Amino acid sequence: MSSNTEKLYTEFTAEMKKDYTILAPDIFPTHMEFLQKVFELNGFNVEVLHDEDRSVIDTGLKYIHNDMCYPAICVVGQQLHALMSGKYDLHKVALVQFQTGGGCRASNYIMLLRKALENMGMGYIPVLSVNFAGLEKHSGFKITTKMAMQAFYALAYGDMILLLKNQCEPYEVNKGDTRKMVLRWVEKIGRQLAHDKGMTDRELRENFKEIAADFHVIPREDKKLTKVGIVGEIYVKYSSFGNNGLEKFLLSQGCEFMVPGVLGFFQAYIKNIELDYNNYGGSRLKLEISKLLLKKIANWEKYMDEALVPYPEFVAPMPFDKVVELAEPIIDLGVKMGEGWLLPGEVAELIELGYSNVICAQPFGCLPNHIVGKGTIRRIRDLYPKANIFPVDYDAGASKVNQENRIKLMLAIANEEDK
Amino acid sequence: MKTIGFDVGSTTLKCVVLDENENIVYKDYQRHRSKAGELCAEFLRTIVGKFPGEKFEIAMSGSAGMGLAEQLGLPFSQEVFAMRIAARRLAPGTDTVIELGGEDAKIIFLTGGFEMRMNGTCAGGTGAFIDQMASLMNVEPIELNELASRHEKVYSIASRCGVFAKSDIQPLLNQGARREDVAAGILYAVVNQTVAGLAQGREISGNVLYLGGPLTFFPELRKAFDKTLGVSGVCPEDSLFFVSLGAALAGVAEECDLLELAERIDRHEGMSAYISTEPLFRNEAEYQDFLKRHAKSSEGLLELDAPSGEMCLGIDAGSTTVKAVLIDSAGNLFRTMYRPNSGNPVPIIRDYLESLYRDFPDIRIRGAAVTGYGEDLIKSAFKADFGLVETVAHFTAAKRFRPDVDFILDIGGQDIKCFRIRGGAIDSIFLNEACSSGCGSFLQTFAGALGYSVQEFSKIGLLAESPVDLGSRCTVFMNSSVKQAQKDGATVADISAGLSISVVKNALYKVIRCATPEALGKNVVVQGGTFLNDAVLRAFERELGHDVIRPKTAALMGAYGAALYALSRTEPGARSSLLDAEGLANFRHETKATTCQGCGNHCHLTINTFNDGARYIAGNRCEKPLGTRKAEHLDLYEYKLELLKKYRGNEREEGKRTLGIPMGLNFYELLPFWHTFWTELGFNVLVSPDSDRALYRKGQHTIPSDTACYPAKLVHGHIEWLLEQGVDAIFYPDMSYNVDEEMGVNHYNCPVVAYYPQVLLNNVRVLTLKNLICDCVSISDRRQFVKRMTRIIANHFPDVAASGIKGAAEKAYAEYAAYFAAVRAKGSEYIDLAKEKGMPVVVLTGRPYHIDPEISHGIDRLICSLGAAVVTEDSISDRIGRFPVHVMNQWTYHARMYAAAKYVAAQPSNDLLLVQLVSFGCGVDAVTTDEVRSILEDAGKLYTQIKIDEISNMGAVKIRLRSLFSAAEKA
Repeated sequence: MSSNTEKLYTEFTAEMKKDYTILAPDIFPTHMEFLQKVFELNGFNVEVLHDEDRSVIDTGLKYIHNDMCYPAICVVGQQLHALMSGKYDLHKVALVQFQTGGGCRASNYIMLLRKALENMGMGYIPVLSVNFAGLEKHSGFKITTKMAMQAFYALAYGDMILLLKNQCEPYEVNKGDTRKMVLRWVEKIGRQLAHDKGMTDRELRENFKEIAADFHVIPREDKKLTKVGIVGEIYVKYSSFGNNGLEKFLLSQGCEFMVPGVLGFFQAYIKNIELDYNNYGGSRLKLEISKLLLKKIANWEKYMDEALVPYPEFVAPMPFDKVVELAEPIIDLGVKMGEGWLLPGEVAELIELGYSNVICAQPFGCLPNHIVGKGTIRRIRDLYPKANIFPVDYDAGASKVNQENRIKLMLAIANEEDK
Repeated sequence: MKTIGFDVGSTTLKCVVLDENENIVYKDYQRHRSKAGELCAEFLRTIVGKFPGEKFEIAMSGSAGMGLAEQLGLPFSQEVFAMRIAARRLAPGTDTVIELGGEDAKIIFLTGGFEMRMNGTCAGGTGAFIDQMASLMNVEPIELNELASRHEKVYSIASRCGVFAKSDIQPLLNQGARREDVAAGILYAVVNQTVAGLAQGREISGNVLYLGGPLTFFPELRKAFDKTLGVSGVCPEDSLFFVSLGAALAGVAEECDLLELAERIDRHEGMSAYISTEPLFRNEAEYQDFLKRHAKSSEGLLELDAPSGEMCLGIDAGSTTVKAVLIDSAGNLFRTMYRPNSGNPVPIIRDYLESLYRDFPDIRIRGAAVTGYGEDLIKSAFKADFGLVETVAHFTAAKRFRPDVDFILDIGGQDIKCFRIRGGAIDSIFLNEACSSGCGSFLQTFAGALGYSVQEFSKIGLLAESPVDLGSRCTVFMNSSVKQAQKDGATVADISAGLSISVVKNALYKVIRCATPEALGKNVVVQGGTFLNDAVLRAFERELGHDVIRPKTAALMGAYGAALYALSRTEPGARSSLLDAEGLANFRHETKATTCQGCGNHCHLTINTFNDGARYIAGNRCEKPLGTRKAEHLDLYEYKLELLKKYRGNEREEGKRTLGIPMGLNFYELLPFWHTFWTELGFNVLVSPDSDRALYRKGQHTIPSDTACYPAKLVHGHIEWLLEQGVDAIFYPDMSYNVDEEMGVNHYNCPVVAYYPQVLLNNVRVLTLKNLICDCVSISDRRQFVKRMTRIIANHFPDVAASGIKGAAEKAYAEYAAYFAAVRAKGSEYIDLAKEKGMPVVVLTGRPYHIDPEISHGIDRLICSLGAAVVTEDSISDRIGRFPVHVMNQWTYHARMYAAAKYVAAQPSNDLLLVQLVSFGCGVDAVTTDEVRSILEDAGKLYTQIKIDEISNMGAVKIRLRSLFSAAEKA
């Protein structure tokens, strides 16, 4: 696959690598801090942006087509907003975006960002694409296999900490215990990553055990809470900025929630190589590599499970293979755009794990969600009569009141089912 | 102890008091005009007065009650949930509840698998929608019911968004359609919206309960539901109070001292903070300076008391207002008129002329010109000399105030029109098609809801200290933001100022879509009634960062421009053909509605007959009903449809299995391929018929996602049709990939085209993996295709010999290539022919499925009737090689659009014009529209976009096309 957009972008040169700051949007909680460490380890100076107020959205709306999906408005808005803040030397910054190369519009964020920069007269600022599809080439920015693996480790840690945070915080006796523990581990793992540590299977396994043991120590109240699962478009699912503080709201309503891990999104991406091979043919080598990679990550899942087993209060996610199995009766596994078949697979996983009240967080007008989100709910209800699924739309104009009202309805039904 | 249930809805407050035996002893229902808290306190005090010495427990519910309950620490019961409790108690045996409220619509399925459904962020089809439509028809909402009860036919009106409905209704009214029939159309639109948006595949049957304001007050709406659903629903006693009853009965109520609570509410009003922006004016002096500056731009323009010499008349029969002005030969004003059109401009103009002739019997009129939606009608009714397209009229008028004007922005009641002037000609045109939130009626709606006139309302905002920051988006969304701001203590003044600011933001960033305000230009003239509002004008200048011109005639620019046009087109001493006093005295006008049977579009025609026997037909999309169809009819859309007929014979041979193909989305391109493939393998192929409304309705109940594009939603109807025909299986494969034309980095289909079969499988009850063959397959690689199909066929039809598959595939590929070759050859032929005849050619750029007449609404024929030829994007996309674009060029259909644009851009002359069709809800077009536009504009070419959905009116489209042709001529 060759690119025909080559001429139209500013290259990030090896020279720039030395003293440029790369500004990254805040996409995943915790995970981004780890990824930042991985980048730094590889000689890049990365800053994760945290500006999250209305002016970020306004900036996004000003430069991005308003009918574009909401995450584009948030992440691009965040970066442009930072550039306009005066905090950075504009000739010493670059921007970075994630790109899957899939068939949904999200693959276009990077181009929209560049267009916006051009409109602002900042076309000289390089924009980097983190992708595995070989979409763009920058002489100063190459993701090596090693770096990719490091990134996967970083995500695995992020998922572990997120999982335990979500399962401790609603039950903690002393308010703030969990947050403190999260900070401690973010710091600890961050330090390891920065020193090229923690990124072997052995170290991961040990770290997982320690993390689980530590979170287990947090004193818990013995109470029964409504269990809520969160699936959806990858940005609004994780970003509290994107979902109007969904997690905070759920906590205030006396819920415990589970959000499937970030790594799953990448596992699905890798799995699709295999599925594509079956449907359309392709490179045998890529197929074998992807199988190996999935096998390796499957080991990490085992370590996570093994670390959690001693503590009955913790619920481990299902192995990825099982999620694939659960998705199959709901949707054709050839559906790969956006979250693709993974989304209904995760809904089924959550229901089976006891989180049968599921919020499907999606940007208003999200194309893949017509298919994999709203489009599958009916089938899922047939298969899992207990399923209590609610799609919730997020958008620059959608009001929090309406979103919360919808969620309250879901909770009212959930609580009635419990009685 | 008595139990109180409060239901604080989006627009009304409802309350019941129950005694110990759960009997209602008191109830009240009132509009709260966004002052819910105040009204609650009032209710509480009333209740205490009615039941002195009594103890109370209380619970809250309702969409606006959540915040209030939270603030006051009161128990809350989610409203849908509360309603269910009440329904179970008061109407046992109910299967389905339909409740429509101010901004909400809900369906609850009580039996056969309990489910509750609420409308999402899109709120078409609710009480607010009905109110909006009533105000459009200039009646009280309740009168709409009366009107509808006398209907003879039902006009089909788009239901999703008020804007779409408006664009259906306004022309109907302008054309003199019976108001009764339009009113019925509105109510049926509400029904369709509810069924499509909420039923989502579940059939509504059994005992149906109707609740909420609209269903309580509008028996005709209930009838419409009954008729559409084939049920006989019941509207119970206390149908307005079910939610409040449910709250009281939910068992969550807590005892409380009502007076103390009322006091707490008083204290709470205006506690928390909301996001605000800078005030519009810091003080009165600043405001006065502003007024002085604007008065200056119209210096020297006189308003005459009597005609002076020869006069010219300009009439602007707009969508909501009728404007008229007379000018002398120096352009001074006389007898200006500005009136709501009340659905029919004819009597208004008659009155205007009558009083003119009465007061000034000697007046000499040299020329008269008409512009606006009602142009054709008024011109033929009163025999005006000229008709001109609105954009030209506005430009003519703006030049008068600013000869070097480079941008004109006109914000009217429901329309935003803006155009850029380049080289003395109208260049790009922007019209609001998807959204009305940047318009005047938006302010009017809010002013009305808060109990003010729009003038009062905007005046209050001028000196507001901290205007609410409401951002930019649709009115429905805005409603909830306003609610929230009020909850957080914003004053009416702050809200007013905030709304004025958001009108401007909507216009700038949603409609015009300017990246930076500077991009508009330096010499901006603003006009339209909305700009008479100083708050809006100020907000606009603020957002732009520099001053603009608002002429004195801002509200009359269309009419003024028409008058100037008439002046420039006539010689001194000429005499207008306009009806004189005598002609006017004999003037009669009758209207009759009918449906055109000329083609599948079945246009609703309105025939206006005048006393001299002249007839004027409105509502037609093409020239057919007029009998003036042009001989040279070069329409590639029509040609493509004709070509596809070859595969739609639907012959069924005895003894063969029959595969059904739904004629939607990518089949509009791949039918030749698949039809050939399966026929070769010995199958009968049955293809569903052309789409129409009836077919759409057939499948409407299985649509899970209402915001998907219309072309996708139509497929549901095709599936139902095929199922009725009894086919062995329906063939509709998932196709992540399209054909690879090697123009981009990939060759995907968009997610909806790629995977829509999955939506059908998961939502059409009877479909299974057996009767819907929807395996993933790609045709971009022949070898892989054969391999994959061999597996698929072995799975579904084990008896079909694998050996024949390769041959069938070869034939299919050949057929597809032949089809494309024919399209391209015919395209070239049309372009050459048009050149010979000196006709402009419109490249009507869309997706293959846009040739479905139900999707394109006959825009191709409309273009032909305006004297141009129509070709498709895919007929010329091969004329250009690979080239770089600014977007991810990864979808095949869209790559063709970029290529077509590039080709048009490369033409030395303006013979080829590009018009892009955009389906509402097409997310991909958020990417493509900007790119196609920039490809064209970078080459100095005109870009025109037409948004299409279920809408079926061509008024706005016609203006756009005529402006395009007029601009192209001048360029």
